[in-house]
Amino acid sequence: MAPKTTAEVGGMGHSIKRKEDPRFIRGQGHYVDDVVLPNMLYLDIVRSPFAHAKIKAIRTENALKVPGVLAVITGETLKQYNLHWMPTLMSDTQMVLPVEKVMYQSQEVAGVIATSRYAAADGVEAVEVDYEPLPVVVDPFKALEPGAPVLRTDKKDKKDNRIFHWEVGDRAATDKAFAEADVKVQQDIYIPRIHVASIETCGCVADFDRVRGKLTVYMTTQAPHAIRTVVALVAGHVGLSEEKIRIISPDIGGGFGGKVPVYPGYVIAIAASVVTGHPVKWIEDRMENLQADSFARDYHMKAEVAAKKDGTMTAIRIKTVADHGYTDAAANPSKFPAGMFSICTGSYGFKNAFAEVDGVYTNKPPGGIAYRCSFRVTEAVHAVERMADVLAQELKMDPAELRLKNFIPPEQFPYHSALGWEYDSGNYAGALKKAMEIIGYDALRKEQAEKRKRGELMGIGISSFTEIVGAGPSKHFDILGIKMFDSCEIRVHPTGKAIARFGTKSQGQGHETTYAQIVAEELGIPAAHVEVEEGDTDTAPYGLGTYASRSTPVAGAAGAMAARKIRDKAKKIAAYLLEVSEDDLVWEPGKFSVKGAPQKSKTIQEIAFAAYTNHPQGMEAGLEAVSYYDPPNLTFPFGSYICVVDIDRGTGMVKIRRFVAVDDCGNIINPMIVDGQIHGGLTMGMAPALLEEISYDENGNIQGGSFMDYLLPTAVETPKWETAKTVTPSPHHPLGAKGVGESATVGAPPAVANAVVDALAHLGVRHIDIPITPEKVWKILKEKGVAE
Amino acid sequence: MATHTITVTVNGAPRTAEVESRLLLVHFIRETLGMTGTHIGCDTSHCGACTVLLDGEPVKSCTMLAVQADGRQVMTVEGLEKDAKLDPIQEGFMQEHGLQCGFCTPGMMLTSYALLRRNKQPTEDEIRHAISGNLCRCTGYVNIVKAVQYAAAKQQ
Amino acid sequence: MIPATFDYHAPGSLADAITLLDKLGDEAKVLSGGMSLLPMLKIRLAQVAHLVDIGRIPGLDYIKEEGGTLKIGAATKESALERSDLIRSKYPILLDTALVIADPIVRNRATAGGNLAHGDPANDHPATMLALGASIVARGPKGERTIPVDQFFKGLFTTALAANEILTEIRIPTPPARSGGAYVKLERKVGDFATAGAAAQVTLAANGTIEKAGIGLTNAGPTPIKAVEAEKFLAGKKPDDATLQEAGRLAAKATNPSADRRGSVEYKREMARVHTVRALKAAIRRAGGQ
Repeated sequence: MAPKTTAEVGGMGHSIKRKEDPRFIRGQGHYVDDVVLPNMLYLDIVRSPFAHAKIKAIRTENALKVPGVLAVITGETLKQYNLHWMPTLMSDTQMVLPVEKVMYQSQEVAGVIATSRYAAADGVEAVEVDYEPLPVVVDPFKALEPGAPVLRTDKKDKKDNRIFHWEVGDRAATDKAFAEADVKVQQDIYIPRIHVASIETCGCVADFDRVRGKLTVYMTTQAPHAIRTVVALVAGHVGLSEEKIRIISPDIGGGFGGKVPVYPGYVIAIAASVVTGHPVKWIEDRMENLQADSFARDYHMKAEVAAKKDGTMTAIRIKTVADHGYTDAAANPSKFPAGMFSICTGSYGFKNAFAEVDGVYTNKPPGGIAYRCSFRVTEAVHAVERMADVLAQELKMDPAELRLKNFIPPEQFPYHSALGWEYDSGNYAGALKKAMEIIGYDALRKEQAEKRKRGELMGIGISSFTEIVGAGPSKHFDILGIKMFDSCEIRVHPTGKAIARFGTKSQGQGHETTYAQIVAEELGIPAAHVEVEEGDTDTAPYGLGTYASRSTPVAGAAGAMAARKIRDKAKKIAAYLLEVSEDDLVWEPGKFSVKGAPQKSKTIQEIAFAAYTNHPQGMEAGLEAVSYYDPPNLTFPFGSYICVVDIDRGTGMVKIRRFVAVDDCGNIINPMIVDGQIHGGLTMGMAPALLEEISYDENGNIQGGSFMDYLLPTAVETPKWETAKTVTPSPHHPLGAKGVGESATVGAPPAVANAVVDALAHLGVRHIDIPITPEKVWKILKEKGVAE
Repeated sequence: MATHTITVTVNGAPRTAEVESRLLLVHFIRETLGMTGTHIGCDTSHCGACTVLLDGEPVKSCTMLAVQADGRQVMTVEGLEKDAKLDPIQEGFMQEHGLQCGFCTPGMMLTSYALLRRNKQPTEDEIRHAISGNLCRCTGYVNIVKAVQYAAAKQQ
Repeated sequence: MIPATFDYHAPGSLADAITLLDKLGDEAKVLSGGMSLLPMLKIRLAQVAHLVDIGRIPGLDYIKEEGGTLKIGAATKESALERSDLIRSKYPILLDTALVIADPIVRNRATAGGNLAHGDPANDHPATMLALGASIVARGPKGERTIPVDQFFKGLFTTALAANEILTEIRIPTPPARSGGAYVKLERKVGDFATAGAAAQVTLAANGTIEKAGIGLTNAGPTPIKAVEAEKFLAGKKPDDATLQEAGRLAAKATNPSADRRGSVEYKREMARVHTVRALKAAIRRAGGQ
C-alpha cells in the first residue's frame, strides 16, 4: 500500500529514521542508573540462600558498623507501617520483606542503605541471618498432592497449594468430539521457566521531598500510571496521596514484560527515601534480576487433538498445570488468570475446544509474566502448533498440507472461535503459501528425502500462529479494576507543531517515531515536528502501559482518534477562514480545500495559527484533544514461519540453516521498525527453543541464575532472519493496524521445535520439549542408534 | 582502605582522581567522571554493555579495575563524535536501524568501531564473530550487521 | 556486584612482584588479565587482601621461536595469539584454541598464562598444551624452574605454582615436519565453557603412520586430562577410521567429568570421545595425512 503522505510528512508506511536514535548513538540516553540526585543514598538487598526457611533472627549490628552504612530495613521495620506485604497484580499477596519466613531462594530479606553502592554491598555482606530450613516444594505436581506441605501459611484458610482452577470451553461437547473422532493424538508439552533478561536490569531512584510531601520515583516500569495508582493504594495509609506521587519512566533498556510488576526492591527504596528524606537508588545486578524477578512460562500442558481421517481437526483439549512460584505475580488482565491461553485453537477452525489451567504455589520466585508476548499466547501457540505436527505425523500427512486443510478461511472473518474470541481478520493460507514459496518448500522436502538416504539429518518446521493482542475492551479487560484503555493527548501549537503524550511507555519499540507518524498521517503535520512524550505521570494522560503488543492497537488508536478530534475542530476553523460551510471542505493530508476550488485551501499550520489568533467567535481557542480509547475488540496478528535445521549426529547440536518469517500485522506504520521488531522477536523466540531455561534442583536452588548459564544468543548463534509480509488490515482499528512487537516471539519456538522433530521424525520421534539442547537430541540419536 | 591516584586519558582528555583499589573501571567512568553512556548489563563479562576501548581495543569495563587503566587511553561512546560530526558507525546504526532500546548500543558501536580499524571490509561472518561478545536483546543482530557494513562502505 | 576491599599492587619488575608475593604469602593473588579472577571477586566467591597485578611488568608479552621452541610470554593476550602470523601459519592448534576462548572482547584482556595458572579444567589452553607437550616456566624467590605441563595441574583450581611463584612463559617444542594439531570444542554458545573439548597434536612418519600423538581434554574431570592411553595406542598405527575411533574410546575412558547444566556424565564422556576423533582427524589432515 502506497503511503498517503509525502516523505517529508512521514505518515504511515514511511521507513523514517528513528527520532530517539540521535541521543542513543551519542550515549545520551537517560536510563534509571543515569539518574543522580544530590545526597542520594544506595540500597542493596540481603537475599535468602534457602528456598524455604523460617527466619529466626536478623542481626544488623556488624552491618551498621560498616563505614557508610546508615540503616538496615527489615520486615519488622516495614511491619510498623503495615508495608511488609503488598498486593500482586493478580490480587494475590507478596512479601516486600519477610517477617516470618522466606519462600524462595534469593528472596529479599533485608535492605541496606548506605552512602555508596560499594558501602551498601559491604553492608549486605555483614548482615547475619539465622534460618531454619523448611521442607521445599519444587515440583508443582507434588505441590498438588494431598499431604503436600501447605506453603502459604500466611493465608488463614488456605489448605492446599492450588491458586486457581480456571476453565474455558464446552467440556461435554469436546469430550463427545473426541469420542467420535477417527484419530486422536496426545502429547505432554512442557515450556520451562525463562526470563526476559533485558540487558538493562530493573531499578529505581525514589526521591521523597519531605517539605513538599511529594514522592518522585524514577523507575524501570512499562506501566508508570498503574504503578502510581498501586503505590497510592498500598501506601495511602502512610500519607502518600496519588497527586503527590510522580512516577517517571526514563529511557528503558528493554522491558519484554519483566518491567511490568512491582518488585520489592522498588518498595524498599521508596520506604527508605520516606524514612531518610534522601533520594535512594536501587539497581539490581544481573544475578538478582535472573534469580528474583518475575519469570515467564512454566506451563506443564497435556494437549490432545481429535481429527477425521482426512486430517480435518475437530477438537482440541488442553489440561495445564501452571507453576507460579510462591505467589501469583502474573501480570494478566484480572479476569484472565491464565491470560489469553484460550487462543489455543490457533489458526484452525476447531468446532470444539476445552482448556483448563490449575495455578500452583511452589518454593520458587513469583511470576507468570509474559516474555515478550500477550499473556500466555506463546504457551497456547506452542501447544497447538506442536499438536498440528504431531497429528500430521500420525496421519503421515505433510504438515503444510494439514495446516492448509484446517485454516479458518478468509471469508469466515470475523470468526468466532470455539473458545469465545472474535478473530478480527486473517488470511492464514496466504501467509503460509508465501513462506513456502520464499523458502522453496518442495525443493527442501526433496533434499530432505535424499539426505535421509545418506543418514544426514535435516528438518523443516512450520508454525502458522495467530496472536491475540491489544488488551483490551473495557467490558472484559481490567487490571485491579482499572480498565485497559489507553490514551493520547495532542496539543497543536500556534506554528503548527505538536506535542503528543501517551499513556504507554516505549522500551525500545520506537514510539517517539511511530506515534509521531500516526499524528502525521492524520493531521499532515510532519512527523519531525511531532514531539512524543511518555512515561511521566505528572504530564502524560492515564494509560495502562506498554506490554502485550498493546501500544499500537490501543494507544496508537487513541493517537489517531485524538488527531481526528483535532481535525474536526480544524475543519470548523478552516470553514470560518475560507468562509464556506464545513460540508464544502475536503481533507487531504495537511490541508482542507474547498470542493471544486482546490486553490482555496488552508493548511493545518494556517489553521493552527488561527486557532490561537483568529478563531471563530463562540469557539474555544487552542487546538488540543484527548482520547481515551476503549478498543471494540482485540487484534489478531498472524503469520507463518518456516525453519530449516541441520543436526550434528555427533553432538546433537542443532543449527538453524534458514528461517523465513511471513508476518501479517495489518497496516504498517513504519516498515523499518516493524522488521526490526520481527528480527528481535524471532531471536527471543529461537532462544527459548534452543538455549534459555531456568530450573531448580530438589532443594529449590536455582540453576541458570547468571549469564554464565542463562544463555542469551549472540550474533553467531542467531541466524540471518528472512522476513516478508502480507497485509490484512484490522477492520476495527482506526488505522487498520494490529501490533507486531511480539508476533515473532510467539511464532518462532514451535517452528524451531517442529523442524528438529521433523529431522528425527523418520526415527519415530514425535516431540522434544524446549529448550532443545544438544544433549536431548544426542540422547535420541543414541537411543535410535544413529549417533556418530 | 587503599586508594590510588590515577590518571586516565578519556576521549583524549587526561582525568585524574583518587580511587579505591576495588573501584571498577565502569564506575570510574560512570560515577567518578559522570559519563553515563557506558552501561552495566551483566556484571560478569558476558554482555558487553560496558565495552569501552582501552588503547584502541574493546574491553569490558565492568571486569576491570579503574587502577588498571592508570596511564592508559580510554575511549567511550561519548568520544565517537568528533567536531560535531558523527562517526560512520554512529550513522550506520541510525540509518540501518541497528538499535532499539539503545542500552547495548554504545558497547556494540565501540566494538564495531575497533573492528573497522583492524578490518576495513569485514565479511558478514567476521562482523558476527567480532560482535559476539556484545549481547543485544532487541534487534536480532541483522540490522547491527547492516550498520557495520554501512560504516565500512562509508569509510571506503 | 561489588568486590570486597583489597589492596592493589602494580610492581614494575618481576623481581619486585616475587618479593611482594613472598612477603604477602596466601593473602595475595596474582592478577593477570583478570577475566576469571575479577568476576569471582565481584560475586564474592573469592576474597583476597592483596592483588598483585603483573600486567605492568615489561617483557612478559611475546610470541617467538627460539632454538626449536615456541615461547609465549605469560602476559600475552589471547587476541595477540589470534593475530600472530607465526601462530596462524605454524601453530593452527593454538589459533583454534584462542578463537574459542570466551568471546573476542574478553580475549583482549585474557592472557595465555592466566588461562593456565587459574587451574580451571574448563579453560581451553590446558588441553592444547597437554597435546603439544608444553612446559611451564615459573619464577620464584629461588629462581626459575620449568614444569612439564602434565605435572602442572594438581587439582581443581590448583597448580604446581607456589604462592610466591609467577608463571612467566609457556614453552612449546616446535613440531617436526609432517606434524599437525587441532582443537575442537563443543560450546552451547559463544562465551560458554566447553561441554567437552579435545586437542590433538600428531606427527606422521614418512610412511603415513602415526609417529606420535598428543591428546588433551577440556572439562573432562577435576583437572585437564592428558589421554595417555589413547596417545600410546596411536603410536605406530595407520590413522584409519577404526584406529581413530578406538583412540576416541580410550580418551573417553580417561575422563572423569561431573554432571552440570552442560550435560550428564555420560554425554560429556561421549562428547570427549567424539571431539577426540574430530580433533585427531583435523590434526592428521593438517599434518598432511589422509
